[in-house]
Amino acid sequence: MKILVITELRQGKWNNASFETLAAAQQIAAETSSAVSALVIGQGVGPFAEELAAKDVAEVLLVEDDLLTAYTPDGFCVALYQVIESAKPDLVLFPHTYQVRDFAPKLAALLGKGMIGDCIGYRSESGKLIFVRQMFQGKTAADVTFQGPGPWFASFQSGAFRADLLKSHASGQAPINKLAVQIKPEQIRTKPLDLFKEAKSAVDLTQAPIIVSIGRGIKAPENIPQAEALAKAIGGEIAASRPICDEGWLPMERQIGSSGQTVAPKLYLALGISGAIQHVVGMKGARTIVAINKDQNAPIFEIADYGVVGDIFEIMPALTEALEKAKT
Amino acid sequence: MNIIVCIKQVPAKDAPLAIAGNWIRESDIGFEMNEPDSYALEEALRLKEKHGGEVVALSMGPERVKQTIKEALAKGADRGVHIADDQFAQLDPLATASALAAAIKKEQADLVLTGLQSDDHGFGQTGVLLASVLDLPHATIIMQIEVVDGRMRLKRELEAGWFQHIECPLPAVLSIQSGINKVRYATLKGIMAAKKKQIAVLTRESLGAAAGPTQKIEKIYVPTKTKKTEFLTGSAKEVAAKLVEKLRFEARVI
Repeated sequence: MKILVITELRQGKWNNASFETLAAAQQIAAETSSAVSALVIGQGVGPFAEELAAKDVAEVLLVEDDLLTAYTPDGFCVALYQVIESAKPDLVLFPHTYQVRDFAPKLAALLGKGMIGDCIGYRSESGKLIFVRQMFQGKTAADVTFQGPGPWFASFQSGAFRADLLKSHASGQAPINKLAVQIKPEQIRTKPLDLFKEAKSAVDLTQAPIIVSIGRGIKAPENIPQAEALAKAIGGEIAASRPICDEGWLPMERQIGSSGQTVAPKLYLALGISGAIQHVVGMKGARTIVAINKDQNAPIFEIADYGVVGDIFEIMPALTEALEKAKT
Repeated sequence: MNIIVCIKQVPAKDAPLAIAGNWIRESDIGFEMNEPDSYALEEALRLKEKHGGEVVALSMGPERVKQTIKEALAKGADRGVHIADDQFAQLDPLATASALAAAIKKEQADLVLTGLQSDDHGFGQTGVLLASVLDLPHATIIMQIEVVDGRMRLKRELEAGWFQHIECPLPAVLSIQSGINKVRYATLKGIMAAKKKQIAVLTRESLGAAAGPTQKIEKIYVPTKTKKTEFLTGSAKEVAAKLVEKLRFEARVI
């Protein structure tokens, strides 16, 4: 089988979810004796192709055109349609980003194919690939299979695979193949304009390795500095569940969950968070989860690696002190 | 401006889910308008109030779906279109979009709106696939729509706190981000007026949209708990010391 991974750049930098999907592709390839190709698309993105070539892939495809400088769904679909027609992959994998949600289903449909989106895993059973995704907002999982011949399209949720398991190329460098595509300006019907942030100090929680998150248990805004002191001591970013941001105690950009950001840090500390599904879908991909809650039946403990049943107002300062002590 | 809003009916948020194969047992549970779609409906009603035209509520599914269409009519949609289909829950995203697109083609729509995703299947593909099948421009995760001289200026949400303005011609398909507006409640007057509004009934067969499946949900199940929680006990000070120890030497994350 031939697997093609479409990587993603975000304003001139990697979207790190790309490497998680590439790691997933390597695992699928190892189980199904397949070859992995990785693709970079844009303009002036050669250095990123070089970087990918150092990974354990059979080849890197480089797709460049002036009309791909800024992302548009039309431009990406026109270009990638041609790539898929010529490279003939059996399975096309994407990270499940906002950009992928915007164009990948259309790309699949242009080829008369379907896409299984937002997968959290896969299984290979007697030669058949089964993709696992969530339904009912995470209350159930679903096993989904492709029907009919490929190419098949699937995207993996952020945090579903570990980018640090990505294998490097055995002999140093995979070949980079440039693919020419034909795009006409009139094929691009939408016009991307300025990029901007609403809040001045908007923080990218998706890139934070450690997150200290507070919920209703924090009780009042004047208690937040205690959590912030803990975040500082552990070297993490402060975040919150929806009710805290709805109250305006922390800005919306620090909200984790289905209506906020989805994160997969190496450490997630949940302080006074009950663990409603709307919150859990945004952080369950964290590698290590610590939950501190006074209610021993709080659902957050179902996904926690370490749990403490107790008063966060006693444990927060004690933990801050213990962390400071450990540094010395 | 004529706007079609695609609205899905989904199991009520608090409905207990009894899994049955690759779907749930539908008896004894309530159904409601998919919340993300209610934002798309609200946006359509606001655009109509500003620019005139009509709003058509389009939905697909078994007979019970009419109740959700009636709710949209009560809130201010002018008429409804129901693609009656008992197999709706078994359709894949492309088959659903093909049927909706066939119904949309019968209308003179300037704009097609969908919610971002459904609270049950959560495919999150319908809007983008409609654009593909109808060969219309599209944009997703939209937080603001301004219509000037027959073109739209849109605010699209990106990841990590970023936004982007986009220009998009009409007609087009937009997927609306939840939270774009504050949705209205139906008034008693609206509920009364809805009784006189028309709901046209179509079928996938009559629309000639019987696409073969590209994917199949084999089964659904309650996810198995993969983690075993280790509870730390003692005084606050003891617990803090144990936790730092665990995080440093066992989990190795600090």
